[in-house]
Amino acid sequence: MIEHRPGLRIFCHAMLLLGVATVALPIWITFVASTETAERMLQVPIPLVPGSHLLDNYYTVLFKGVEGASTAPVSRMMLNSLVMALAISIGKIAISLLSAFAIVYFRFPLRMFFFWLIFITLMLPVEVRIFPTYKVVSDLNMIDTYAGLTLPLIASATATFLFRQFFMTVPDELTEAARMDGAGPLRFFWDVVVPLSRTNMAALFVILFIYGWNQYLWPLLVTTQENMYTTVIGIKRMIPGGDASVDWNLVMAAAMLAMLPPALVVLLMQEWFVKGLVETEK
Amino acid sequence: MAAEKRVRFPPGWLPYALVAPQLAITLVFFIWPASQALWQSLLVQDAFGVNVQFVGLLNFRELFADRLYLESFRVTALFSVLVGGGALAMSLVLAACCDYLVRGAKAYQTLLIWPYAVAPAIAAVVWAFIFNPSIGLVTYVLQTWFGYEWNHMLNPAQAMTLIVVASAWRQVSYNFLFFLAGMQAIPKSLLEGAAMDGAGPIKRFATITLPLLSPTMFFLLVVNIVYAFFDTFGVVDASTHGGPVRATEILVYKVYHDGFEAGDLGGSAAQSVVLMAIVVALTVLQFRYIERRVQYG
Repeated sequence: MIEHRPGLRIFCHAMLLLGVATVALPIWITFVASTETAERMLQVPIPLVPGSHLLDNYYTVLFKGVEGASTAPVSRMMLNSLVMALAISIGKIAISLLSAFAIVYFRFPLRMFFFWLIFITLMLPVEVRIFPTYKVVSDLNMIDTYAGLTLPLIASATATFLFRQFFMTVPDELTEAARMDGAGPLRFFWDVVVPLSRTNMAALFVILFIYGWNQYLWPLLVTTQENMYTTVIGIKRMIPGGDASVDWNLVMAAAMLAMLPPALVVLLMQEWFVKGLVETEK
Repeated sequence: MAAEKRVRFPPGWLPYALVAPQLAITLVFFIWPASQALWQSLLVQDAFGVNVQFVGLLNFRELFADRLYLESFRVTALFSVLVGGGALAMSLVLAACCDYLVRGAKAYQTLLIWPYAVAPAIAAVVWAFIFNPSIGLVTYVLQTWFGYEWNHMLNPAQAMTLIVVASAWRQVSYNFLFFLAGMQAIPKSLLEGAAMDGAGPIKRFATITLPLLSPTMFFLLVVNIVYAFFDTFGVVDASTHGGPVRATEILVYKVYHDGFEAGDLGGSAAQSVVLMAIVVALTVLQFRYIERRVQYG
């Protein structure tokens, strides 16, 4: 941009290509493995160009499951992951939108107390409260249910903050005009606030969908039945201790399938993804 | 917190109904379990929960006298420094290159950011496959080209390397986006002025870009530490299981292992409380930084 330095430009391209290769190589190897036979994957060195069993392998993992690994077919697990990711992302957005609206547009006793209660959840990731939370969920008979899988992850201080900040920038004139026209708070919420928040919702959705899809510790505890496993958990269960009897071709096909939905969401909604990432971390 | 809305709706039952869903979930699944963890950390109970005894801070005293726990602290510290340092350094170089090449930057961005979408546990499975002692590609290359034996199931340092690579790999794309955004926000006139004064690209980077990026850098440092502490459970559980000889037993993995597999609830609760204290400290650090940034602009 400023001066002409072909050497530096070449260096930069080389570094970036190296970075792209580092990022892509593991995925390429995974993909190649997913197109081979199980026997071929036990011979060293492993192949670097795709084999001919792509359809076979993907059909097997999607609809039959991996033999001896005692997991449901991957299509079932992907459905579980999808339900979990959608419930978490939509649930978080919905309840945060409501509570942020209440906190910004009303003044009522205990308002700040509620705000701080929500704030505290920021400091309580699942990892630090696993046992008591597990106990609550099992006391409520929610083990192996979608509710148990998602509810304990749904409260979100980050999303509430984001919406609160955004509502503060909505001009007061809009509220005044709405009140003059006789619109009540719910009408104002539905006709003005929700449409204005669409971009923020989309950005949050991308981040939260990935967050939900990629959950690990919580589904590991709460799902005990094969047909409730999420994809990420299922793949881990396909690899028993040691590497004696692993069908790597099928495990890698399942891994490709597990990566596909969140990767698609990132690539297709890239603008929102970048926005969401930068905004939620402010 | 200072700013408030001028125009409001009259209060009544409605605001309570609006916060109710979030509040209910917060109380049932966050506040209540967390207070339970605090309470349990002061108790000793047997595996069946029949005998419960209040012991004050005994669990904590035992915890910090436990050589294995201190070792797990050391492992976690080393792990987060390696993950944070590695991911930050790599992403800084990539972002600087991307920022320098105005053309093509967007394409590189697209190609570099998607590992963020990959679950840490899946990243671990994939990397463990590449480094698999018997069939892994990297293992093969290391052995045939360099004569280096790789077996992370036996060698503690290699196991640590594996979980660092798997964890940092995903975090590079995250850091990259923030560094790139930070660099693109630096006024071009500053850099052009320095160029006219004869400063080359390296000098400009060191004297202008880096200092201006320091808030971003500090922010990412905290985020990366939080990530290494709390979001890497899946990496360890899906690849090394804390082994060999506890070389990769990070704190979060130990809480899970001691509580669920060894049945030591009081000790595990005490560990949870220590982790909570770490999250609180990191959150406070992060928020203080934000306040500073707002003040000095």
